[in-house]
Amino acid sequence: MKVGIQGIGLLAAGLEGWRAGRAVLAGIEPFAPVAVPDPEAALLPPNERRRSSDCVRWAVHVAQEAIALSGLDPREVPTVFASSGGEMGVLDMLCRTLATPERVISPTLFHQSVHNTASGYWGIATTCQQSSTALSCYDDSFAAGLLEAITFVCVEQRPVLLVAYDLAVPAPLSEARPIATGFAVALVLAPPSDSSLASMHLRLEEAHQDEASRLQDPALEQVRQDNPAARSLPLLSVIAAGRSQSVRLSLLDSQQLILDLDPCRN
Amino acid sequence: MLPNVQPMTSLTLTAYTLVTANGRGVGPVLQALRERRSGLKPCDFEGVPLKTYIGRVEGLEDFSLGNELERFDCRNNRLAWLGLQQDGFMVAVAEAKQRYGAHRVAVVMGTSTSGILETEHAYQARDLAGSLPAWYTSRYRYTHNMFSLGHFVRTCLGLCGPAMVVSTACSSSAKVFATADRLLRAGLCDAAIVGGVDSLCLTTLYGFSALQLLSTSPCRPCDEDRDGLSLGEAAGFALLESNERVSRRGAVALLGYGESTDGYHMSHPHPEGAGAIRAIRDAFGRAGLQPSDIDYVNLHGTATRVNDAVEDKAVSGIFGRTTPCSSTKGWTGHTLGAAGITEALIGVLCLKHGFLPGTLNCERIDPTLHSRILRDNDVRPVRRILSNIFGFGGNNCSLILGTLR
Repeated sequence: MKVGIQGIGLLAAGLEGWRAGRAVLAGIEPFAPVAVPDPEAALLPPNERRRSSDCVRWAVHVAQEAIALSGLDPREVPTVFASSGGEMGVLDMLCRTLATPERVISPTLFHQSVHNTASGYWGIATTCQQSSTALSCYDDSFAAGLLEAITFVCVEQRPVLLVAYDLAVPAPLSEARPIATGFAVALVLAPPSDSSLASMHLRLEEAHQDEASRLQDPALEQVRQDNPAARSLPLLSVIAAGRSQSVRLSLLDSQQLILDLDPCRN
Repeated sequence: MLPNVQPMTSLTLTAYTLVTANGRGVGPVLQALRERRSGLKPCDFEGVPLKTYIGRVEGLEDFSLGNELERFDCRNNRLAWLGLQQDGFMVAVAEAKQRYGAHRVAVVMGTSTSGILETEHAYQARDLAGSLPAWYTSRYRYTHNMFSLGHFVRTCLGLCGPAMVVSTACSSSAKVFATADRLLRAGLCDAAIVGGVDSLCLTTLYGFSALQLLSTSPCRPCDEDRDGLSLGEAAGFALLESNERVSRRGAVALLGYGESTDGYHMSHPHPEGAGAIRAIRDAFGRAGLQPSDIDYVNLHGTATRVNDAVEDKAVSGIFGRTTPCSSTKGWTGHTLGAAGITEALIGVLCLKHGFLPGTLNCERIDPTLHSRILRDNDVRPVRRILSNIFGFGGNNCSLILGTLR
């Protein structure tokens, strides 16, 4: 199965936006992580933005960047949102309240606790009415999301926006799921065309151990290991460097995605 | 509005199983439907003092998964386990595994809250420093994490194919059929286990209470005095295979599906039902059918004022006043992320047994609704059904199931 990559969005400490991130991942600029300011996510209407969770702002911000680069109308693009734990900050607040005798929870917080909150806010921001899937596969959520997005593109012959994100988990939930810093990435995938940034051929193969591609830079490799959405970094690095190269992503303990990448345009 | 999809090749449901508050296995669930016996009772879940009715599956409180599966132990996975044990489902999956190989069978599950009840308990058990108990932190991955259900089902069934959990609130376990179809059509697997499990927890009970959407009586879909939903819990699974391999006359198959979003509001449906209409149209497009081909519509029918009114606009706009429609939530309650599989499998029972459930607890049909709402059960041949599921985030999915001729 082959798709073209039409747009990319990226947000993480030291990788603020695809333009800046590409230079770092290509080895042109050093990786210098500093805390990311609250993302603008300018597509969100002001009152929705005010109520939105961190996950929503990060996801919408990268989705917006990727769609802008693709030049596509977001209302025409189905979406896939992948996150290991989704709205962990909202769940922390809800569970704190549910542990009090009164258990008076905010209705807004409740409807923001679903795994498809970012998907819903993206739809509201763009008035897109296309299919949207939100999914999880624990540490391999990016790979599972990529599988869902690529099969969607190939089966339906339509562009798809994939957004993967996992944010820093607040204490005490971080004792159960220690994710220290946020990472969000978006890819617009479509049937291959002349306007693609890169083409990507997917094979799904059996795996008997973790053979996932790693990063040469130890600091970036640490980011890859610490955040499920950052499992996308080897793929992004190959695109950034404009190389023809294969990338392996683990899918659970028994399978792997093998992605053969080729640059198209710059 | 024309569908923007191509016709699909139907997929056979080779095996299926369902557990609701009404019964363990499709036989008892069918019997409860026929006898119009509701599974809804006054809330007796963990001493929650809310004045509401719930569809609680009995026996989950005293239940052991056994040593090998202990790390997965939580209410949601206990319910999943109970579901897997019914209707010879494990045997059917073992046969598929032998036929295709463990790597060629996918697992696509749906849930909205996974094992969040464990996290709720853990927060109540925080120590003086505010830390969570070790029994919880070491098991978060296997209980509350959104993938837990997929991990658990894959482990129980000994499968090694692609797996994921779809979590789009109430539409979760309807959308698993769509994801499985894509995996099958792309050749990434030869069979798929689809399904969903959602279980009672404080988050949804107090959450829907905060939204003022819980009825104080057993929910009354489509009734003129309906005043909200009743929460339930359920587990359902189906084995999907490509028709070319297993097609049998009389077998039940997925004929089409449609997925859409409202792009309107997180918890209110689009006022004109625009997303719902799009999902239904795409289901027809994939099935290569038209509204007159459908013998029965299983409504989302949550019994909230707004849902039933907006869904009626969409459904009556497409089907007019002729096609029988009903909501079965008066039997099961709203099982949230499990509603998709629950109602798809109730649709399968209609096809198999030539039976249409009415709308339990609907005393007087809301005169402002224009669809042909069935209040009483009916007995008649049923060849094709459509099931609607709509969820938070404006996430919609419609399924068309039918008997192969």
